[in-house]
Amino acid sequence: MKIAIASGKGGTGKTFVSTNLFKTFESLGHSTLLVDCDVECPNSLLFFDLKKVSDTKVTEYRPIIDADKCVYCGLCYEYCEYKAIFYVPELKHIKVLDNLCHGCKACSIACKHGAIEDSSTEIGDVSFFSDSNSHIFVEGRLKEGKIASIPIIKSAIKEASLLSYEYLLMDSSPGTSCPFIQTAVRSDYIVLVAEPTPFGLSDLKQSVETLNSINKDYGVIINRSGLGDIKVYDYLKDNEIPIIAEIPFSKEIARYYSEGKLAVSHIEEVKILFEEISNKIMKNGNSIS
Amino acid sequence: MKVAITSRSNSMDSFLDPRFGRCAYFAIHDTETKETEFVKNPSKDVNEGAGPSAVKFIASYKVEKAVAGEFGFKIKSLMNQVNIQMIVIQEEKTIKEIVDMLNK
Amino acid sequence: MEIAFLSGKGGTGKSSICAAFISIAKNVIAVDCDVDAANLYLIFPPKNTIETNYISGKNAIIHQDKCTQCGLCKELCQFDAINIAEGKFEVDSISCDGCALCFRKCPTKAIEMVDSDDSKLYFGDFRNGSIIYGRLSPGEENSGKFISVVRSLAREKSKELGIEDIIIDGPPGIGCPFMSTITGVDKVVVVTEPSMSGLVDLKRSIDVAQSFMQEIYVIINKYDLNPEVTNQIKEYCLEKNIEIIAFLPFDKEVVDAMINGQTIIEYNSESDISNRIREAYQIVFKS
Ligand code: SF4
Ligand code: SF4
Repeated sequence: MKIAIASGKGGTGKTFVSTNLFKTFESLGHSTLLVDCDVECPNSLLFFDLKKVSDTKVTEYRPIIDADKCVYCGLCYEYCEYKAIFYVPELKHIKVLDNLCHGCKACSIACKHGAIEDSSTEIGDVSFFSDSNSHIFVEGRLKEGKIASIPIIKSAIKEASLLSYEYLLMDSSPGTSCPFIQTAVRSDYIVLVAEPTPFGLSDLKQSVETLNSINKDYGVIINRSGLGDIKVYDYLKDNEIPIIAEIPFSKEIARYYSEGKLAVSHIEEVKILFEEISNKIMKNGNSIS
Repeated sequence: MKVAITSRSNSMDSFLDPRFGRCAYFAIHDTETKETEFVKNPSKDVNEGAGPSAVKFIASYKVEKAVAGEFGFKIKSLMNQVNIQMIVIQEEKTIKEIVDMLNK
Repeated sequence: MEIAFLSGKGGTGKSSICAAFISIAKNVIAVDCDVDAANLYLIFPPKNTIETNYISGKNAIIHQDKCTQCGLCKELCQFDAINIAEGKFEVDSISCDGCALCFRKCPTKAIEMVDSDDSKLYFGDFRNGSIIYGRLSPGEENSGKFISVVRSLAREKSKELGIEDIIIDGPPGIGCPFMSTITGVDKVVVVTEPSMSGLVDLKRSIDVAQSFMQEIYVIINKYDLNPEVTNQIKEYCLEKNIEIIAFLPFDKEVVDAMINGQTIIEYNSESDISNRIREAYQIVFKS
């Protein structure tokens, strides 16, 4: 079963929930794989002591224009929807602008003069890590300065799915745009982490809107409860959205998190709380499959 | 020599447009004939890649210099590739004033 | 002056601090570039809002009556956006990048490119000036284009209204939206918090930001939560020659202010945190 942990905005505790949930699933005796799909800022693996075992490069298509074969007909320029071909026929100058190119290959298919050679560029990687118990973790990471996170998310989940585990926990990208949806559509159940504040509520509404549009089953964990107001609860009740749990705000939890430690390993109440959360999520999953 | 100047509208009294890629007009001035032609910037409203399109556009007029309030850092490398020298003017000046400066 | 607030990852309190700067500035254009999850408007609700649709891109659709199921589109598509469902070729609009290659190549012209225009752009006046924000329709790709549109509207309004200062609440992450936000701004303020992940994000943001510009400042929020990491951040900033303009303590009042629909400056102008933010403001705007 694939479970995505997501939030409308970063910093609501998505990584906190993913990592502690992972530890709890494991301690309850379920084989679990943690996949960091937040490829722009992956950091859930910081909470574990890991060694990299392998990585796969993720690449994207790139054209290379051979200026000697080019007859400056401009067809590739016309085909490129992203204006990624810098084409000045008057000066016999043509070049692919790497940062604008989306790798769609249209230019290459357009060129009738064999002037475009197919190539690729590295946009990130999917890495496998292992801890002292030879437990495997997966992380997708976008290369700095690159923009295409989707192919990396897709391949991280694909690579992870090849391994056999009972549960796959995916720390998703924040937000409601493409990267979030790409993770959400590939999961059986989504855990939304939200804060009970006006900002948190507005983000939550957007996430819910998005999940409803793709017809996915989800529940909400309210993090740092006690810090905000009750409007989030009213909203969830009115829309019949299940609350999986509430995690109270505590400076102690925040401190363990900031030190890169798992709260479930240090605070007994948090451990119990996460066991309850795990059981609820697993039950939910079983009712689905 | 031809020079492209970013312009907010299409007369000699118009002010320099600080943006390069998304300026409203280009004033293309020829320092030999002393003539100035105003052309609409076709890439003003494109979503992506306004800068490169604007470079392509002025390069097709075979200009050797371009005047604007700023050039993005991606633009600079393209301008070098097509050998267009960049001149940054940050004061509020009219096209006429800039043309006079160029002809001095 | 145009200033952008950023924070690698969200949730560092960036929006709250950005909002505080806006209320100090008095007459300002406030821009929310977090088009995925805009929320500055919750604190600064605008009046007389003007709403416009924004075409975020194009998506392909296949007209089944003309489709002969030759499979060429599926073969060509680099984005795996063509699915076969119950014997029909269909475009998965979430994956479609809008490159139009299938549209150009379909031998029976069964494919049409349609605008996706559910995203919205809002503009209005609020108590400290004017506010501009966008909202990307769910699932649209945030490629940074929208941010450029939001920002150019902000610049136009700044000219039109004679308001010089533009304060931008940036998007999370360091991808394309991040770059669209910092391109051409005068200064960047990176808000971080002292946690291991915060530090990693800070480094990534600063690496990218430094390739664009010089004037970068850091604010450490909730610095008292972990003095050790705060020290590491200090060392890092020293090494990178970046000025830390404020150390803000954890203060529940920041959340209370938000619930009240106010910034911390408005809620408790004399509090320690408000004073520290004001000092930071002076450094950014007076140098
Ligand atoms: S389509 Fe081929 S020949 Fe024509 S301009 Fe492009 S690269 Fe040159
Ligand atoms: S691969 Fe696509 S985006 Fe890239 S240059 Fe060619 S046509 Fe343009």
